[in-house]
Amino acid sequence: MESRFRVLFLIVAMISLSGCAATKNLFGFGDEEAPPPSAEAPGQVIDPEVDRREIKEPAIDREDWEFGAFAGIMSIEDFGTDLSYGLSLAYHVTEGFFVEATAGYSRAGYTSFEVLSGGAELISDDERDLYYYNLSVGYNIMPGEVFIGEGRAYNSSLYVIAGLGSTTFAGDDRFTVVLGAGYRFLLNDAVALHLDFRDHLFDIDIIGEEKTAHNLEATLGVTVFF
Amino acid sequence: MSEPSTTTIPSTLQQTKAALASCLCAVVLQIFLTAPLQAADDYRSVTIAEPYLEMRTGPGKGYPVFHVVDRGEDVDIIKRRTDWFLVRSDRGKEGWVELGEMQLTLQADGQQFDIREPGIEDFTNAKWETGLLAGDFGGANIISLYGGYSLNPNVSIELWGSQILGNFANAWMASVNIVHEAFPEWRVSPYFALGAGAIHTMPKSTIVQGEDRTDQIGHVGVGLRIYATRRFLLRAEYNSYVVFTSRDENEEVEEWKVGFAFFF
Repeated sequence: MESRFRVLFLIVAMISLSGCAATKNLFGFGDEEAPPPSAEAPGQVIDPEVDRREIKEPAIDREDWEFGAFAGIMSIEDFGTDLSYGLSLAYHVTEGFFVEATAGYSRAGYTSFEVLSGGAELISDDERDLYYYNLSVGYNIMPGEVFIGEGRAYNSSLYVIAGLGSTTFAGDDRFTVVLGAGYRFLLNDAVALHLDFRDHLFDIDIIGEEKTAHNLEATLGVTVFF
Repeated sequence: MSEPSTTTIPSTLQQTKAALASCLCAVVLQIFLTAPLQAADDYRSVTIAEPYLEMRTGPGKGYPVFHVVDRGEDVDIIKRRTDWFLVRSDRGKEGWVELGEMQLTLQADGQQFDIREPGIEDFTNAKWETGLLAGDFGGANIISLYGGYSLNPNVSIELWGSQILGNFANAWMASVNIVHEAFPEWRVSPYFALGAGAIHTMPKSTIVQGEDRTDQIGHVGVGLRIYATRRFLLRAEYNSYVVFTSRDENEEVEEWKVGFAFFF
């Protein structure tokens, strides 16, 4: 009997005490600076109030593009040799490979037939303008340095290049394969001089039978990396 | 520091040769004169954590190592070309360092330099892709250039421009394709393409009397994207075109082409 009262008394005491604990903050009587339940390890004494340093890294300038202009001579098979010039834009994909788009212009002269016959023209004056574009893949071989005098060294590389494109000449757009090699001489990290030799191959039937014409072009150019 | 200069081209020059030469000179001069002005820029700096960092004279493995920077020193990154970085040491030496070595350096926040080399994950996940393909379009030669944007690893939208050079006619063609790859993570990834566009045909006057015409086209195709190395992939595809002509019958053309592309 006695123990039953004791249990009852204990239950009443627990409820009232827990009620106090639950309600004391309601009326503002409680301890206002009660620490919030902490998930930190018990060993942590100092709470470092230091924010992580926010570092904004400047962006790195990428210079994978190379734009340039070139001028030289182009020998159009059967039609003599004349000045050629154009523009090129290359994107360097890796240290070895680059892709290049080139557009150029040259002008055909007269075939020996036209000269000897005295006035008979195989193609009209407008058709003597030769325009070409091509899209190529190049690969840098033999990268190295050129030493000029004792104290100067310049980077250079040889490259081989092959591409496809179209040549507008003698009244037709002609499917063209371009093969070539070039030499890149870097004046500094952003400017380069180029010496290029390319063969433009296309089919032509102006002289009678259809044949594949080799049109050799040698140019000097300046390019800028950006 | 150099003073700004003025380059004048005599207006009396009529010949294109001379004008072109002057332009080239002007470009070169401007580059040389403006280059020192960029030196004041704010560069990203990294600290060398390995025993040393090798500097080469040029952006490639074939260029010689001419200087090493010791552990603990800082270098400024001036620019990047492909996977090479032009860096400047505290002592003012400038040289090219490859990406693999740069990854071992530490940034100002103590983290490792966080630029990865492109790999096969980028083949699957890269957003942009461009390439050049060539082949046969109904017996004529075709050269195509395309640019693509990936909406997600499986689906991408591509814009194509092609020139077709044949014996009887030449043509220009442009189309927009939707490409679906079922297994984009495979090294050899097959895809299915659906496209629509227009073709402008110019019959050759010497053989066939005909006028230039522009027709709408639609095509379906299948192909393979094959991861090669670094940023490169090879691509081969077959397409079946329908040219919606104004004549009684539509034309059907088969096309196949192969080429390469790179992603970035």
